[in-house]
Amino acid sequence: MSVTMQTIAELRGVTKTFGNVVAAKDLNLSIRKGEFLSFLGPSGCGKTTALRMLAGFEKPTEGQVLLDGEVVNDLDAHHRPVNMVFQHYALFPHLSVFDNIAYGLRQQRPRVDKKTIATKVEQALETVRLGGFGPRRIWEMSGGQQQRVALARAIVNEPKLLLLDEPMAALDRKLRKEMQFELQNLQRQLGITFVLVTHDQEEALSMSDRICVMEGGSIVQVGSPRELYDMPRSRYVAGFVGTSNFFDATVTDAVTDQITVRLASGQKVHGDPETPIDVGQEVCVSIRPEQITLTRALPTAEIALPVTIKNRIFLGEHTEYLARNEALGDFHVLVPRQAELNEGTFNAGEQAFVSWGEGALLILEK
Amino acid sequence: MTERGRKALLLAPAGIWLLVMLALPLLVVFVFSFGERGAAGGYVPAFTLEQYANLPARWTAFKNTLILAPLGTIAALVIAYPLAYFLAVRCSPKWRTSLLILVIVPFWTSILIRSYAWIFILGGRGLPALLESIGIDDIRLINTPLAVLVGIVYGYLPLMVFPIFVSLDKLDKRLLEASADLGSTPWRTFRQVTLPLSVPGIATGCMLVFILLMGEFLIPAILGGGKVFFVGNALVDLFLQSRNWAYGSAVAMTLVVVMLVTVSIYMKFISRLGGQREDVSLM
Repeated sequence: MSVTMQTIAELRGVTKTFGNVVAAKDLNLSIRKGEFLSFLGPSGCGKTTALRMLAGFEKPTEGQVLLDGEVVNDLDAHHRPVNMVFQHYALFPHLSVFDNIAYGLRQQRPRVDKKTIATKVEQALETVRLGGFGPRRIWEMSGGQQQRVALARAIVNEPKLLLLDEPMAALDRKLRKEMQFELQNLQRQLGITFVLVTHDQEEALSMSDRICVMEGGSIVQVGSPRELYDMPRSRYVAGFVGTSNFFDATVTDAVTDQITVRLASGQKVHGDPETPIDVGQEVCVSIRPEQITLTRALPTAEIALPVTIKNRIFLGEHTEYLARNEALGDFHVLVPRQAELNEGTFNAGEQAFVSWGEGALLILEK
Repeated sequence: MTERGRKALLLAPAGIWLLVMLALPLLVVFVFSFGERGAAGGYVPAFTLEQYANLPARWTAFKNTLILAPLGTIAALVIAYPLAYFLAVRCSPKWRTSLLILVIVPFWTSILIRSYAWIFILGGRGLPALLESIGIDDIRLINTPLAVLVGIVYGYLPLMVFPIFVSLDKLDKRLLEASADLGSTPWRTFRQVTLPLSVPGIATGCMLVFILLMGEFLIPAILGGGKVFFVGNALVDLFLQSRNWAYGSAVAMTLVVVMLVTVSIYMKFISRLGGQREDVSLM
């Protein structure tokens, strides 16, 4: 099953407060059937609260949570057709791997017969590549295997939504990479809607169909990884999704769809920002490190700024330079291996020019 | 110092203490139990099984102990578990410490004084008088098995509450959420997750209370008024009153054997309850 436009779950004006603390503010979001959606943001941004409201562990203070078109605000967690993979897995230590996975099926009324349970559990174990591990005890499993058990325990119930709360936080880097691929494959294969919570932009970018970026309890932008990367609506999003160079600028001219800003270095640049911007407003411009060209000769581009190379870090397929412009400050530049072979490496102290192609520079709200 | 030497050093104080204060006296009691009573009391060396043959004369003490100790343990468990559960799972952390202190406050006063207080409560001018005023006449509480049961449950309740509290407090609350998430009602979550995971605490609490109750003599003496007596009371009587050390030793040895047998049966039962689980230990 592929992603459809059909909505499976929805947050409508959802606010959640704990005492005086507002954990989530007026969240509005439609989750599409079959998609892989990530809530991305730093800790305390409200992403976990949003997930817990979908699971039924928290009741919204205001607004509505909908599942399959029905308001489920007052439906307890154990009545929701939704399952969760917990951050530290929360596997039952007194039960075997098999019994952990069978747990959800055994709660169903009318009862599921033993043979069906056995078949389904075996199938789930196969799906997470743990065939034959059923009789093992939980403490005999490695961290990566425990996570697979947690996954199997959730998917065996064929939930309408599979919620994943920072599922890879406890895994080492290599295992995390593997699990990212596997999760993505699993999601495509099963067609279950996945909702992931993470603070790791790489994780969100690599797995999600859509990402919901959150800040201070609010949703700041929802879009595909590519949309967020290419068309961030704010400096916050641009900084959280990928890395970028940010410089202050002042708006000098604003015609429909065409904004002109002046950089601190005096140059004027044009752009078409995602959000409405007025003349005189302080904004910032963003240029991704990989979109900057570093040359020795003055390039023909509209804007080229003289820089002094301050530092060079070899990263294998790329070399990262830190280059300083007198007026604007530091530029992070990512030079691909091939370009570096053509232009030669730059040494610290060397003079050079930075330039960028049309459309590379984004004008963003501060 | 070698590794062996260091280990020996760690074990030496407790080892020597146990040898002098437990193993040797036990050996003495064992030897005495085959002896005879001297003319003026005490012990005369001999080898006879007469003392053991006389055991049935003290059957009532064993019967009372073997009925009231398990009953008291179960009653304490039934009362302690909900309290421990409340303290560990439901109570807000703000109140928890103060409430836990309240549980141990009774220990600040001697059990002797507290038991005397119960004499008044259960005595003629206490609860029975209160019941009489609402029309329930002729209730006798003091000097009955019920009075002893109330006393021992009261006295040993904290020892049951604490181990259960600890095991429930250690319980990862996310497991309860996971259970709810998988469709389990709160009651089934309790039965399938909370209860099995608190078995170590229950086992420890029951063990502590049961073993102490088997040797109890103070509460039966005060609240049983000489009518409901434990093996412990029989021993006090034999060693201190009638000064029949040989017979007392035989009774004491028998109590040790009975205790060993019941405790090992209990251990077997608990370990079966825990399955092959590694995390079930008695502590």
